[in-house]
Amino acid sequence: MAAFFQSDLFINSIPILLAVGFVWALVQAGRQPLWAEAYRRLRRNPMAIGAIVIIGLYASVGFLDSLGRFDARDGRRHTIIDRLFEARYHGQRERTYSAPMATMTTGEPTPHELLFPHQHLMGTDGVGDDVVYLTLKGCRTALIVGVVTQLIVTPLALFFGLSAGYFGKRVDDAIQYFYTVLDSIPGILLLIALLLVMGRGLPQICIALGITSWVGLCRLARGETLKHREREYVRAARALGVSHWRILFRHILPNLLPIVIISTTLGISGQMLTESILSFLQIGVEPGTGSWGNMVDAARLELAREPVVWWNLAAAATALFILVLAFNILGDALRDAIDPRLRSS
Amino acid sequence: MARYVVRRILYAVPILLGVVLITFFLFYIVISPQQMARRQLGKNPTDEQVHQWLHQRGYDKPVVLQFKDHVVDLFLFRFGNSDVTNEPIWKRIKEGGPVSAQLSLLLLIGGLIGSISVSLFVAYYRGTYIDYWGMFLCVLMMSIVYIVWVVAGQYLLGKILKYSPLVGYREGWTSWHFLMLPVVIGILQGLGSSVRFYRTVMLDEMNLDYVRTARAKGVSEVAILFKHVLKNAMTPILTSTVSIIPQLILGNLVLESFFGIPGLGGITVDAVNSQDFATVRAITFLGAVLYIAGLILTDVSYALFDPRVRLE
Amino acid sequence: MAQPLLQVMDLCTYFHTPYGVARAVDGVSFTVNPGETVGIVGESGCGKSMTALSILQLVPEPAGYIAGGRILFEGSDLLDLSWSQMRNLRGKDIAMIFQEPMTSLNAVFTVGWQMKEIMQVHGTAEGEEAYKRAVELLDHVRIPNAAQIMRQYPHELSGGMRQRVMIAMALANKPKLLIADEPTTALDVTVQAQILELMRDLQAEMGMAILLITHDLGIVAKMASQVVVMYAGQVVENAPSRVLYRNPQHPYTRGLFASLPSRNQRGHDLHTLEGTVPQATNWPPACRFEPRCAYRWGSCAKVMPRAIETEPGHIARCHLYDANIADRPEGATEGRNGTEPAAVQAGSPVRSVEAPS
Repeated sequence: MAAFFQSDLFINSIPILLAVGFVWALVQAGRQPLWAEAYRRLRRNPMAIGAIVIIGLYASVGFLDSLGRFDARDGRRHTIIDRLFEARYHGQRERTYSAPMATMTTGEPTPHELLFPHQHLMGTDGVGDDVVYLTLKGCRTALIVGVVTQLIVTPLALFFGLSAGYFGKRVDDAIQYFYTVLDSIPGILLLIALLLVMGRGLPQICIALGITSWVGLCRLARGETLKHREREYVRAARALGVSHWRILFRHILPNLLPIVIISTTLGISGQMLTESILSFLQIGVEPGTGSWGNMVDAARLELAREPVVWWNLAAAATALFILVLAFNILGDALRDAIDPRLRSS
Repeated sequence: MARYVVRRILYAVPILLGVVLITFFLFYIVISPQQMARRQLGKNPTDEQVHQWLHQRGYDKPVVLQFKDHVVDLFLFRFGNSDVTNEPIWKRIKEGGPVSAQLSLLLLIGGLIGSISVSLFVAYYRGTYIDYWGMFLCVLMMSIVYIVWVVAGQYLLGKILKYSPLVGYREGWTSWHFLMLPVVIGILQGLGSSVRFYRTVMLDEMNLDYVRTARAKGVSEVAILFKHVLKNAMTPILTSTVSIIPQLILGNLVLESFFGIPGLGGITVDAVNSQDFATVRAITFLGAVLYIAGLILTDVSYALFDPRVRLE
Repeated sequence: MAQPLLQVMDLCTYFHTPYGVARAVDGVSFTVNPGETVGIVGESGCGKSMTALSILQLVPEPAGYIAGGRILFEGSDLLDLSWSQMRNLRGKDIAMIFQEPMTSLNAVFTVGWQMKEIMQVHGTAEGEEAYKRAVELLDHVRIPNAAQIMRQYPHELSGGMRQRVMIAMALANKPKLLIADEPTTALDVTVQAQILELMRDLQAEMGMAILLITHDLGIVAKMASQVVVMYAGQVVENAPSRVLYRNPQHPYTRGLFASLPSRNQRGHDLHTLEGTVPQATNWPPACRFEPRCAYRWGSCAKVMPRAIETEPGHIARCHLYDANIADRPEGATEGRNGTEPAAVQAGSPVRSVEAPS
């Protein structure tokens, strides 16, 4: 049984199912009148389209990096991206650092000829891996950190926020106490503590980031729920005998969706930025995993060298910048598309 | 007002209890005192030595008793000695605290002044190209990783312009010299998201009736912004400042680390990495106390700006 | 005849909206003489508030803009003035008070601060002198404990008091024209009467003109010597108030008066105007009241009615009074919905409405 869960078939089917599921959800949402209107407005916004295209590109790279086969020869899993670069460079690495499009290595007492002169667009890193390859490998990590974390944050925040706002009194007091305590612990310390407890690794980072970031959305959700609880339609529903849970899910929750969507989109970009800072502080994902944060962390030493090795940092920082920017722009565009009243101009 | 503050402080007690509980709980899972002792005492300590080490620090009492002791000690601010270096924790805090405080305060106040000024400027030119491009610039700035700010800042201002020293710190008057670069970088980094938010607040206020009345009185646009709108906008601005405090702490860590500033950030990271439970517990508690104090201060300052607010 | 204080000529104020251009004020003309009270009446959405805001160029930008016309104040066109020249005028020669005194006053400043501000801005008084003058003004608008009120904040006062403060503030620099946009709509009925009386007394004392915007015919009856009736962005009738109340000519005005409940109607159904106000982005091509008019006929939907002077000083924008419209049917002035009395002719009384005192 365990063998099945580690088999290529299973592991490869996860990203495929996720992609299909996501597309299906979008199509279904498009049928709702509220979202159809939002889609229309979104389509007219060129920056939003650009942002979506960019995110799509990154997601494709991440997707490609999730499909692969386990190669018994070296005991590692080779993804499509890996294969592409193995084909390009015949499975070989350079000796050490080299500048973009250079012919010789950098930073050695006696520079050596590169195996693939003029073939490394952004140079190579300390162990000779092509920087473009490393950057592409980082896509998957960044997207997972951003998206999965928000997938943890959102239900958590909504559950507590809705309950606190709707049921009031004791429940509200208890939940408020709970998240005030959590909020009072300096975030970075809690993060570090959680990671020490759970260990380093991608899923652990997502969980730890999730636990430290849900309070903000929870407060928002609670506030909105409080507002809506007093509205007539809720009283009417109660008078008709509708159960609490039904009211929450089918009546109040849809009203919160605009705020949730905007908060989620902007949250994704925030998480990705935080992850890179965590790597910088030596508590991010394991050094082996491809991650822009790790590349940025490596810059610490690289920048002190003579000559300065800047390309590693530049590639990672630029890739991260573009993706974060895309999410920020998308978040803004969504805000304008879903609820123009929220815009002020 | 005094009654309000007292009541808030009383409310803070159960919160702090909760904080201590969580820290306690978390760290007991991370590493048990046994393991700590073994690490500290080097290779193969005898059970006797371990036992003594534990006893000295009170880790051999029953867990509940330990917790009670923790609570009492912390609330009395008796932080004891570090588990790792055996130095009094307060001493280290007193060394690093003022430095970090200096950095944080400069960042906070400088950031507020800078962001508010820029957002007022953009709000004045609302609807024009300045507004549009300014906002775009803000989104760009928001998307840059902190570290790139630091690196770029160090490189540009330090190396090229040779304006300020790259790393290090010295007490007294010359400390400004060393803090200038990190503070400027820290302010620039936060400018993007702050200005966007403050601008929204200002524009929302400008749509309100009292602005129309002020115009009908013949008040100039500048006076409207700087007097009428600003005072009303302070409430949401202050609210958002509270949530900036965690960012400040994080920023502190990064800045201190990169610029070699011997503040609390360094102490914290060291303590966590060496699993120095006593120090971490002390700093977490301190952090929580400062955060809650900040919350109370912010609530009190609402009353300064908005006469409708009645603290009770 | 003295020179008119304010002459609005063909004023057009439009708005950009996602659904097209909204022509909120579409060719409005009227005149205010010194010391006179002119009332602009109409229902919500007819453009009366926008007309008032346009005079002081306080139209909400960037969506709104003044598209044409002239606004002559003491002979010079306000639309030609620069921003700072206009600013000099606001709060000094022309003052304005608004509908919601709570939100119209700045909640974070004291009454005294706000009163002094209007004087400081125009240089009429500074410091100690401004303070004294402010207290005098508050006294003048019949606020008790004026000195104490100076130190208080708007939210500590009642609605009526706040409106008095607004009035006091507006009068600080002895304006020649006071524009009052629905000043009593948000107040209790008893307070309404007090404020209106106050305004009338102040006007008599200071000799200023008042442009009163309201939807309440009763208020206009008490306060105004001239009445401008607006509908769908246009002036549909304009007459001295006694004349108007005695002899409303435009079908809309008649409908308004007919809708007022009165003792004579006891036991009968209330009269209503059928239909609703059209959208400002989509005015009917010819007469804008036509879809709801009880007197309509063929030409009404094809040709925009002109403003006709039916008797000296009485203008109505309706084909009923336009001799050039050829195809007017017999008995057109009779109306269709049966509740109208027979044969209304220019000059004959319609029904007994409270005559203006």
